Amino acid sequence: MKHVISALVRNQPGVLAHIAGMFAARGFNIDSLVVGRTEEADLSRMTIVVLGDESVLEQVRKQLGKIIPVVKIRDFSEVAYVERDLLLIKIHVPAEKRPEVTQLVNLFRGRVVDVARNSLMVELSGPEDKLEAFIDLLRPYGIRELARTGVIAMQRGQQAKNDAALQNSS
Amino acid sequence: MTKHRDRPEGNERFVGLSGAKVFHETLLDEGVDVLFGYPGGTVLPIFDVLYDSPIRFVHSRHEQGAAHMADGYARSTGRVGAVIATSGPGATNLVTGLATAYMDSVPMVAFTGQVKSNLIGNDAFQEADTTGVTRPITKHNFLVKRVENFSRTIREAFHIARTGRPGPVVVDIPVDVTVNTLQRVPEMELNLPGYKPRTIGHIRQIRAAAEAINAADRPLLYVGGGVIIANASAALRAVAQKGSLPATTTLLGLGAIDETSPLALKMLGMHGTATANFAVQDCDCLIAVGARFDDRVTGDVSTFAPNAKIVHIDIDPASISKNVKVDIPVVGDAGDILEKMLDFIESKDRSAWLKKIEGWKKEYPLKYETDGKIKPQEVIEKVAELTDHNAIVATGVGQHQMWAAQFYGWRRPRQIITSGGLGTMGYGCPAAIGAQVGNPGATVIDIDGDGSFSMTMVEVITAVQENLPVKFVVLDNEYLGMVRQWQEMFYGRRYSAVNHPCPDFAKVAEGFGARGIGVCERSDLSDAISEMLAHDGPVVLHAKVEPEENVFPMVPAGKGLHEMELGKLS
Repeated sequence: MKHVISALVRNQPGVLAHIAGMFAARGFNIDSLVVGRTEEADLSRMTIVVLGDESVLEQVRKQLGKIIPVVKIRDFSEVAYVERDLLLIKIHVPAEKRPEVTQLVNLFRGRVVDVARNSLMVELSGPEDKLEAFIDLLRPYGIRELARTGVIAMQRGQQAKNDAALQNSS
Repeated sequence: MTKHRDRPEGNERFVGLSGAKVFHETLLDEGVDVLFGYPGGTVLPIFDVLYDSPIRFVHSRHEQGAAHMADGYARSTGRVGAVIATSGPGATNLVTGLATAYMDSVPMVAFTGQVKSNLIGNDAFQEADTTGVTRPITKHNFLVKRVENFSRTIREAFHIARTGRPGPVVVDIPVDVTVNTLQRVPEMELNLPGYKPRTIGHIRQIRAAAEAINAADRPLLYVGGGVIIANASAALRAVAQKGSLPATTTLLGLGAIDETSPLALKMLGMHGTATANFAVQDCDCLIAVGARFDDRVTGDVSTFAPNAKIVHIDIDPASISKNVKVDIPVVGDAGDILEKMLDFIESKDRSAWLKKIEGWKKEYPLKYETDGKIKPQEVIEKVAELTDHNAIVATGVGQHQMWAAQFYGWRRPRQIITSGGLGTMGYGCPAAIGAQVGNPGATVIDIDGDGSFSMTMVEVITAVQENLPVKFVVLDNEYLGMVRQWQEMFYGRRYSAVNHPCPDFAKVAEGFGARGIGVCERSDLSDAISEMLAHDGPVVLHAKVEPEENVFPMVPAGKGLHEMELGKLS
């Protein structure tokens, strides 16, 4: 089972090492870990995708809570939330196949960000499963390089929660 | 907390002071009256301030010893132990002491020197990444960047060490921070937005726990070191008394309940009493208080307390349902929770259950045979008798530790000072010294094994130099006894690397300037112990004991508590 947890942490040296070290020492499996700035200068947000059952998730949450620079933990398992992962992918595309691939990119609402004689670079963001589906479709052309940021997540606000159109668009 | 002298208050007094003086003022503010440690290059400015300080400095012979001393001081007094070492090897030598304190939730603050700020990361002389090395074995650590933050960081370190589930905190101090002068009034407010330990138990959970206990026919208290740390023994005893609740303790919980009480079942687990282990397997409600379901306690978790509803009182939410699924968790300070719970606990006739326990006690007492050579157990019993079960007892780790736990007869909290979680051999000698520093009038005894004692006996020199009358009782079986016992029981008596010829510890002691006494005959034992206790100064009593004595009962690793081997008891 995949769980998304986000932790608000103080911007201090060693915080990342502390959290990564705790995961390693306790044998928790991380699928991805993203760190970035937040609206407050001295706080960063870590979004961690963890693999494991409910009891593992509970331990992860509690062990994170024990780390002193961790200010707040949010577990997305029981709330509506939006998740995004950003993908850059370079595909082998000879000129004659360019329209075909571009069409695929448009279908997924991606963007071509670089064109070379035999390749295209595409940017795409969305929830993980959307990215996986896109990557699968591109695989037959030949993937030269692929980079992903890992998941970031945010809980939906009250109004948006009832907005079916918005929810479907994710 | 000791008030050393009338000192100016307010934060203005820090302005114009060097970092080293800021350090000293802050330590006095925190009530530190003793610092254990070892000097070195990067902490020279601090040691210059300590030269004419009212803070007592106890100079160990090895930084590991200093760390265990601070730990023994903390466990025996309930105050924060403070230790200081230099950068690089000084800091890495503290590591075992920090890990020991971390596993057993001991409040400690360790100060380490660090190379100059601008040299950090350059592989400078005596540089080590101290915060990196100590991060997984401390509750928290700090690297001080500027003298402006120095005092606040120290205050935060003490706050973190002593509150919530206590633990060791490292403050790593680049030497320039101690040399620089503070130019402006520093910010002193603690800045720990993510640190809010929950101490007040939730009243609904407390009531639910009490109801489960009241409904039980065969309830059992399983008491851990958290009760000692929380100073909750009195509250625990009141709850046990009111509800007629029998109580078994972990190694670190020994003394939470007076073992002469009919409700006391002594220790449980791998080398616990048969009574305690049978009671765990038979009880219908197990109330864990300040205990963490360690594997040495539970044996095979899947068969642990199979009939019991489990109540767990602990200050650390991460301890709840970590190893064993808990039915009713209560997070908070054990003292607060037990005091509130007392009102909800009903007096109930549990004579059938207590009678069953009494039956086990009669059928399976702890015992040993007294033929042949001196038995280690009888040395401990003799020491207990002649100290009226009232000494503070430190131990090393191994067979002697288990026998001390089984046979001393514990009466009060903070009486046993032992490394439970990490199982640190060599802990006993320095920890006893630290306990004596914190309890100047008390009889402090280190019950040690020849293996453990050999690791850190150099600290006997510290006892001599500091004029501390610690009594070191070395039970010498010429083996690493516990390893040998496992090799006997599980490896077909192939005694690999456990044969361990020892020096004449009494002579070594004399060489160190302590008193040394040797004993190998049963007929001399009582006199030798009396002589040791009568001497006003440190003594090493070297007792030659039966080499192949085993600790029983024993639950083999991975087996259930009911599958314990009773050895010669059965």
